[in-house]
Amino acid sequence: MVATSRTLSTRVWPLHLVKPTRGLVDEKLKVIVRNLNPRQEVTLRCVHQDVWEGFGHYISDQHGTVTVAKDASMGGTYKGVEAMGLMWSMQPVPGSRKGLRTLSTRVWPLLLVKPTRGLVDEKLKVIVRNLNPRQEVTLRCVHQSEDKDVWEGFGHYISDQHGTVTVAKDASMGGTYKGVEAMGLMWSMQPVPGSRKGLRLRKKHVLSPMVFHISVFDGHITQGFSQLTALATHAVERWYVAPGVQRVYLQEKGVQGTLFIPPGPGPFPGLLDLWGGGGGLVEYRAALLASHGFVSFALEYLSSEEINAPTTDVKYFEAAYQILKSHAMVQKDRLALFGLSFGSTIALSMAAYSKIIKPRCCVCISGSHVNAVQRTLSETFQEIAKNVSKIRVEDGQVIWRDIILPIPADPSMKIDVGQIKCPVLLVNGSDDQNLATVESAEDMERMMEKAGNRHLLQVLTYPGAGHLIEPPYTPHHRTSNFVIGKDKVLMLWGGQAKPHADAQEDSWEKIVAFLQQHLYFTGSQAKL
Amino acid sequence: NVGRPCPLLSVHPSRCLVDEKFEVLCQHLLPALQVTLHALLQTEDGDYWEAFGHYLSDAVGSVRVSEDASLGGSYSGVEPMGLLWSMRPVPGSKTGLRLRKKDVFKPTDVNISLYEGHLNEGFKDKHPLASVVAQRWYTAPEVQRVEVKEKGLKGTLFIPPGPGPFPAVLDLWGGGGGLVEYRSALLASRGYVSLSLQYIGLTGDDGKPCIVGNDYFEAAFSILKQHPQVCPDRVAMMGLSFGVSVTLGMAAYSSVIKPKCVVCVSGSHVMPVNGSLADVFDEIKKNVKNSRFDEEQRVIWRDLLLPIPDDSSKKVEMGRIKCPVLLIVGEDDQNWPTSESAEDMKQMMKQAGNSHLLTVLSYPETGHLIEPPYSPHIKASNFILHETRNKVVVLWGGHTVPHSRAQEDSWHKTLTFLEQHLYSNDRVASRSNL
Repeated sequence: MVATSRTLSTRVWPLHLVKPTRGLVDEKLKVIVRNLNPRQEVTLRCVHQDVWEGFGHYISDQHGTVTVAKDASMGGTYKGVEAMGLMWSMQPVPGSRKGLRTLSTRVWPLLLVKPTRGLVDEKLKVIVRNLNPRQEVTLRCVHQSEDKDVWEGFGHYISDQHGTVTVAKDASMGGTYKGVEAMGLMWSMQPVPGSRKGLRLRKKHVLSPMVFHISVFDGHITQGFSQLTALATHAVERWYVAPGVQRVYLQEKGVQGTLFIPPGPGPFPGLLDLWGGGGGLVEYRAALLASHGFVSFALEYLSSEEINAPTTDVKYFEAAYQILKSHAMVQKDRLALFGLSFGSTIALSMAAYSKIIKPRCCVCISGSHVNAVQRTLSETFQEIAKNVSKIRVEDGQVIWRDIILPIPADPSMKIDVGQIKCPVLLVNGSDDQNLATVESAEDMERMMEKAGNRHLLQVLTYPGAGHLIEPPYTPHHRTSNFVIGKDKVLMLWGGQAKPHADAQEDSWEKIVAFLQQHLYFTGSQAKL
Repeated sequence: NVGRPCPLLSVHPSRCLVDEKFEVLCQHLLPALQVTLHALLQTEDGDYWEAFGHYLSDAVGSVRVSEDASLGGSYSGVEPMGLLWSMRPVPGSKTGLRLRKKDVFKPTDVNISLYEGHLNEGFKDKHPLASVVAQRWYTAPEVQRVEVKEKGLKGTLFIPPGPGPFPAVLDLWGGGGGLVEYRSALLASRGYVSLSLQYIGLTGDDGKPCIVGNDYFEAAFSILKQHPQVCPDRVAMMGLSFGVSVTLGMAAYSSVIKPKCVVCVSGSHVMPVNGSLADVFDEIKKNVKNSRFDEEQRVIWRDLLLPIPDDSSKKVEMGRIKCPVLLIVGEDDQNWPTSESAEDMKQMMKQAGNSHLLTVLSYPETGHLIEPPYSPHIKASNFILHETRNKVVVLWGGHTVPHSRAQEDSWHKTLTFLEQHLYSNDRVASRSNL
């Protein structure tokens, strides 16, 4: 409560007493102001959440006292002797949205989130019940990454006539995503205002879950969430590993990487998981694939120091494959190659040329057959570097897609995909700004048509999707920081949030089905 | 080599709360293959419990537990959760065991394995085709646990995640005594601040066992009501067995305890009017000669409160209760005469004119220990008598299949009842006007 003084001539030390300061909503308030000047005009105002106000105009008596229960308000939102006028006369402050519901009904919203513990590729069910009918609310999902950055996704909803919001069925009217999006709270996540630029959300420690907090707020809020009290909040764990998945770091015969083994006696089909030119050891996809029943070997083949002068050669990948093949928990005749970006190029090269690597199938995300990996990676990178002039920079964003364009007609510049003997699933985004994957796929199709093995190729092309096609519900990154030697650039990957999210969700389901079909299915080779 | 089967076993979800269902799916088997699905867990005490079902894969080599019939094992027929509720201690275990979680923040890992053939025993010596882990939790992430020690109370408070405030439940177990936390942990995971109160087996300052008076429960209810994260006008009471005697007595007579609603599982209203826990014990002791034993020397105590007295001074005056009451009883309860009590309570409330407050869920062939869903049915178990410290085996009653259905159904109806009375806005009655 605030009493505002009109005259400045006499300094006033008003004492205002409000009782009780905590009460039930059906209890009366006693409001008294003392130590004003005699016959001082004051306004008593009651405000709630900066949105609702009630106020009365009073004149203090000869002692400088105003007693709300006894004195008459001469104006404001109520008039006359009204002990509780400050409360019941409340109305939205000027400039508020129209048609706000009154405060007369207290809401006990019930937020239901399921599952509270799940794998990262599982859908979430989010329902809010017991709101007022047609209440405006904001659903928000927030996550603090291992690097301590804060990410958020939020949607604006209006409850139905029963006071219910069902995220899977109702349309978000604004926020970080719009429309009916069951998983919008996840895939639309972005760094909160004020965060560092060029961030990418990637889990390093895959044996612990990512923790998200899903809250429902009153009103359509777009900022300042941390200063507000939510109506309700749930904590949700999202795991890359199913219970029982084992993680084994391997350093053997010069090869290093991490093996993820599903629970059970095994042996299981296996796959070699190859990431891109960013280097390092990326484990989360292999962990997730192990949760689907595949021994997955995340291979480190480019450490960040070596990225400009890699010494790795073809033998490294063959050795890695042998380690996987001969592992006690792996079925030696049920192996696959899984690549993304440069990893896809490696996968296609091995599948075409290696006498040792004979996978049952290959999954190649955002990859190209241009520039084979024949001897050392260093030689391959040198080939790529010849076209460095084709790199564009627009608005400070580095675009690499033109490097391999036009797709060379000279077969010696490309992997001879006509030699591949196993099914290949290509997954590409039409808006890939990093690698000309769609053009590459078209060329591969032509080559395989000519060679007579076109029936082995399956291509999934996603409009509006960019380069980084990750497991589902991972936030989309159109650009992110990328380290090349000593330089840090902002790399343009491409894609728009919604179509990219759809691509991740759809492709993952098809990828897992493809792997299960070729690695688990008991049918004969002729079916393939 | 290409044609060799590579079975894929999966359980979904692999992590969930104990009252949630899962789907167990086997794929890529040979068609029409005889297989056994086996579930195994190890308790905190080191005992092993198991369940198993015999299946036949279909034409495409799949077995889906939620749709296919078990042909035998510890359960039969189409039973999506049979692998859990039909569990029993493995052969060679100690007798009279009961499965109760102590540390509610550690999950239970259930190993689900696929074996070739229809096996009935010797699982640990056989090599499964595949095995996965279903992890089951009593707590949702970030449920808080707080020990309550003030005002001489002994209990544990579980608080849901989020700012609150929340409705609350005072959770009272039965004559086994001790501090049983798992139901409160589960209620907190469903959005209720829940206080598990120990009230039997307490010792006084002199170290001697003491029986608490009504003021003990009133203090507990007050602490709950005054908690900063609790809505003071939305506090319920839930009791099982002896806990029901306390719940009904307090709801009827206490000037301090005014629950928004009460849930009474496997209990009775028979006790001296306006009495205390000590009075219930006395009443029961008077009739201890009515204890019977079955052919396996398991003690049946249901007759100790029979016949239900006509004398209204010997029962809680049900007409005085002003809040909704959910009564859950098993018709094969061998420990308390809960069916007879429920019938009598219904009559009393009809006569008093407040029977519209009463809902009775009566489950045939169901025993006394109506626990959260998918807990194994315990027909009889070891019990230590508090005063003498003698060990007996108590017959609780019930038959596994109907008892398991009762646990599942009653829990969901309990949650709906609590949500209706503790969460819904008072506009519910006028919903049709909207």
